[in-house]
Amino acid sequence: MPNLSMVKHPMPEQEPEVRARNFKEVALGYTREIAMEEAERCLNCKNSPCVSGCPVNVPIPNFIAKIREGDIQGAYQIIKSQNALPAICGRVCPQESQCESKCVRGIKGEPVAIGRLERFSADTAMSEGAAETEKKAPCGKKAAVIGSGPAGLTCAGELAKAGWDVTIYEALHTAGGVLMYGIPEFRLPKQLVSREIDGLKRMGVKIVTNAVAGKAFTVDELLEEGNDAVFIGSGAGLPNFQKIPGESLCGVYSANEFLTRLNLMKAYTFPEHDTPVKIGEHVAVIGGGNVAMDAARCAKRLGAEVTILYRRSEKEMPARAEEVHHAKEEGIIFRMLTAPTEIEGDENGFVKAIKCIEMQLGEPDERGRRRPVPVAGSDFAIPVETVIVAIGNSPNPLIKKTTPDLPTEKWGGIQADEMGRTGKKDVYAGGDAVTGAATVILAMGAGKKAAAAILEDHPD
Amino acid sequence: MYPIIRKQVLNETTTLMEVEAPLVARKAKPGQFIIFRIDEEGERVPLTIAGFDREKGTVTIIFQKVGYTTEKLNSLNEGDSLMDFVGPLGEPSVTEGIKRAAVIGGGLGVAIAYPQAKALHEAGAEVDLIVGFRNQHLIILRDELEDACTNLIIMTDDGSNGNKGFVTQALEKQIQAGRDYDTVIAIGPLPMMKAVSEMTRPLQIKTIVSMNPIMIDGTGMCGGCRLTVGGETKFACVDGPDFDGHLVDFDEAMARGRMFRPEEARAREKHICNLTGEAR
Repeated sequence: MPNLSMVKHPMPEQEPEVRARNFKEVALGYTREIAMEEAERCLNCKNSPCVSGCPVNVPIPNFIAKIREGDIQGAYQIIKSQNALPAICGRVCPQESQCESKCVRGIKGEPVAIGRLERFSADTAMSEGAAETEKKAPCGKKAAVIGSGPAGLTCAGELAKAGWDVTIYEALHTAGGVLMYGIPEFRLPKQLVSREIDGLKRMGVKIVTNAVAGKAFTVDELLEEGNDAVFIGSGAGLPNFQKIPGESLCGVYSANEFLTRLNLMKAYTFPEHDTPVKIGEHVAVIGGGNVAMDAARCAKRLGAEVTILYRRSEKEMPARAEEVHHAKEEGIIFRMLTAPTEIEGDENGFVKAIKCIEMQLGEPDERGRRRPVPVAGSDFAIPVETVIVAIGNSPNPLIKKTTPDLPTEKWGGIQADEMGRTGKKDVYAGGDAVTGAATVILAMGAGKKAAAAILEDHPD
Repeated sequence: MYPIIRKQVLNETTTLMEVEAPLVARKAKPGQFIIFRIDEEGERVPLTIAGFDREKGTVTIIFQKVGYTTEKLNSLNEGDSLMDFVGPLGEPSVTEGIKRAAVIGGGLGVAIAYPQAKALHEAGAEVDLIVGFRNQHLIILRDELEDACTNLIIMTDDGSNGNKGFVTQALEKQIQAGRDYDTVIAIGPLPMMKAVSEMTRPLQIKTIVSMNPIMIDGTGMCGGCRLTVGGETKFACVDGPDFDGHLVDFDEAMARGRMFRPEEARAREKHICNLTGEAR
């Protein structure tokens, strides 16, 4: 008998006032009972519209059916057959615009909580000690993967499964890319990322850290050294700034710097860890994406009063609804239709205020989003000690500079087709390095497709 | 892990270490830098490459005990290892086309000026190497410096080596004496590089400075190392670390360098406490 509830079972969470003071995970995860009950909401539709919404084609109704039977290991193995990092995707995928947006139950109520069920399966199976992924015997082929973020990890995992000898080169001292330096602990525990990476290592994937592509070695050298294919998943690069006065004052961080200090370098434990971060009592975060939400919620946890400044209205905000909701619950102040015009400093060069102007929405732009226009005479200032700029990144120049025959877009991104093939033989690319800033799951989808292309182009 | 295979105390505050890092040594060039991290809790600290040996696969760094992490680095010995050592980062210094250069090093900057002077000298340029120290006991690398240039001028703040004054004064004197430099390269504390740039600006002598701002990843991701150069935002890690001294906004760079002063002091307190075992 299916569960006819119109709503998803809510996610157990830390109370907002408690979690706003710690870096522990916000969402606590379904229990077995809740998961099995929620699994009953799935109608097991024959044409499975949800699967078409998944960038990596997880057979969603099949894994949910296993949960219904109480076979959690079975559910996990089904997910794992298509998705290399289920515990991560269950947490950070924008399910509301992917699988869950296609769910038939969502027409008259809320869709099935696919993401939460995915997370439950992965967490449970992994804590019980899931069986290793099966891999083929070594085929004698070799690949180099540049970057150990979601695109690189996925591509490496797929190739290793097919019997390839894979080495990942990571510029930082820890593997994981944005999963480690960008997404905060309270959304994605780092231990969990490490566990997924350990799984890849057990499959034979080698990871070389402190290895900067374009500096310590070039793409051509990787090919000359006997790699049959090179996959570039180097991610997003240099942070963008608004080009308003005052962005070089002490107390202005790019979101990349602020989040890296906290997530990768663990500055929130300073001086226990040696990397400091300082934010004062009032923080302004510029931007309306997921990264802006992450930065704001981190600053809140360090004890500051945090205001998000976004130049359009909430409707246009690119952040996931859930992130905005969580941020609001935690007491983050949102000032929509507000554009910063200048950051003011004190006599020592530290931030003391941010000047803004109110905006109104005008005609739609080329992407259909209504363009914000300033309201004359509406200037005001907010006293703050820290400003975090979260308005996106431009591609990293290092690989482009040292691989002259790799075609790139005018804005610097690497040109690649739907399957990740670049204009250079045996070189593939995917993730933010190709698309510009996007999501973890899209990067994983790109890594997976590129692996398929690599296998197709290099038959045994 | 990256083993320290040689440690040499150069003076009371300055130490040289040769570190085994084949991947870095393979591609290192003068003017580039590395980032090291001592242990799991450590911060990432950039240091300019002072030398490298491609055959041995080693890279030489020279550092001054100025903060918590460099104190901790100095407490390590031959046989110990660094957890992380990544590079070569940044763009190499441009030496092509330079025929008559003044290379100026102040304090620790001498360690970085040395490989640059050497590279230029070996490429056939006439090189005046002007270096400054607080007093004669702090003079480092004297023999190496001697071999890396046409003329070596050593200045001391207190005149204890018989040559009192700042490097800028020595440079001025050389220029007044008719030395016709096509390039001045200044490496050292920000006020020194600023003073040199101000001096050469009216003379229109091309002046290159080596910037060493706060940075985290060093690969063009965090943006912490941004500078204003010629009115534009530049990232020292991927656009530098060498820049045109006449275009760098030094005052801004100096202010940014002070961002974490109080935190550094706090970290150092922890260090003293660790060393003495005293509860604080």
